[in-house]
Formats: sequence, structure tokens, C-alpha cells
Amino acid sequence: MPPDIEAIAEQVFVALADPSRRAILATLASQGPATATDLAERLPITRQAIAKHLALLSEAGLVTAQPGERRRVRYRLRSAPMRVAQQFLAALARDWDGSLDALQEHLNR
Amino acid sequence: MAFPDRIERTIDLAHPPQKVWAAITTAEGLGTWFGNKATIDLQPGGAAQLSWDDGPSETLRVERVEEPRVFGFTWQIHGLPEGDPRRTYVEFTLEPVGAGTRLTVVESGFAQLSDDAYRTAFDGNTDGWGRELAELVDYLDAA
Repeated sequence: MPPDIEAIAEQVFVALADPSRRAILATLASQGPATATDLAERLPITRQAIAKHLALLSEAGLVTAQPGERRRVRYRLRSAPMRVAQQFLAALARDWDGSLDALQEHLNR
Repeated sequence: MAFPDRIERTIDLAHPPQKVWAAITTAEGLGTWFGNKATIDLQPGGAAQLSWDDGPSETLRVERVEEPRVFGFTWQIHGLPEGDPRRTYVEFTLEPVGAGTRLTVVESGFAQLSDDAYRTAFDGNTDGWGRELAELVDYLDAA
């Protein structure tokens, strides 16, 4: 696996570790693209903090800015890095220990 | 340490390979210990369906059938969207040990990434960041 894939996944996990950034990503995921002003109205986070988080999320490739007039730039979620992170979680979510316990129990019955 | 591409488990069972084989390759067996219900067309290229009472279901594609030693299938990576083409390969190997069976299960392919996914994952890191930064600076100045 190329080390850059790890870097992408790490950026996703770093982004998700912060409650404000989780809230911003969750809002973009559930309500679609939004401007920094929209997000400031919907979330209990200051506009300055939102701008700072959007900069980090944008740099990490987790959101992308849609070209627009000044102050009307809309940010949307980029799902590609999330899919990379998902495969890291997939190996952790597979429960072979539980399944093999169940197989053993089934055979012993 | 990189995240794992493969998961491997070995378990010693006090039952002969033939009995273990039945448990992992028949609808009755799979529908008891693995899922709550199962169907299987046991031949390479055949489909198997596993479903659970609490909702989820999985479609397996049978890849290797070498009774009673090797059973392999592919299935979708857990948690990925329905249309995602990524699949992992699961292989059960049965080895007689005394009167019992040593069962090894290997699931591999977690670290795979399609060329498309690979490309799109990188694009965003380099695209138009300068412009976005300028917009943010404007925004902060105006706020």
C-alpha cells in the first residue's frame, strides 16, 4: 500500500477527531453544500473558527470550494478520502473471532 | 505499522473435515453459524446469499471449491456503499489433524484501492488550493 494512502486516511481521522470539524462535515453531509456564513448560522461555532476549520478540511481534501462570488463560496463534501478511510475501518470491523466462535459452537451442538 | 491488508485466523476443531466442510459450504450450515439464513450455489462463479435477522445481507461469489480442503469466495468490503467494486477474498483451508480439523481462514484485499479511487483521493489535495485560500483570507478580512 502506498504510504500516501495512509496519509489520506490519517487526515480523515485527524479531521474527525475534532468535534467542530465533525459538526461541519456532518452538516455538509446531511444538508449539502454550504457557505461559511450558512455554517456559522447553523452551528454553535464562530465564523472565524469555521473559516479556520474549512481551511484545514480543504487542505486535507475533505471539502472542496465551489467557485462563486466572494463570501458566497460554497463548500461541499469530498467523499473520495472518506472511502479511503473506510477501508481502514473495514478490517477492524470484520469480526472473524465472533464468527469462528459461532462455528465451533454450531459444530459442538 | 500499516493497517492490515489481510486477516488470518487458525482454529482447531474436534470434528472431521467432512463435517466442517458441510458447515461452511451448505445453506443449512452457513445459515446457522454465519448468518441467520443462507442460500448457496456451490460451484466456482456461483452465488451465495447470507442474511441476518437484524437487517443486513451479503452476496458472496464462490471462487474455489475443492472438497473437503479449500473453499474460497469474494464479497464486498464491509461498510462500503452498495456500488463500490472493491471486494475481499476469503479462503477457508481445512487440514485433517488427528480426528479433527485445523481450519484456517484468510481474508485479504482490505488495502486495495481502484485506480479511480486512488486518483480522485489525491486530486483534491492539489486542486485550486491557492484560490480557496485567497477566498478564505477575503472572508476573514470582511468578517
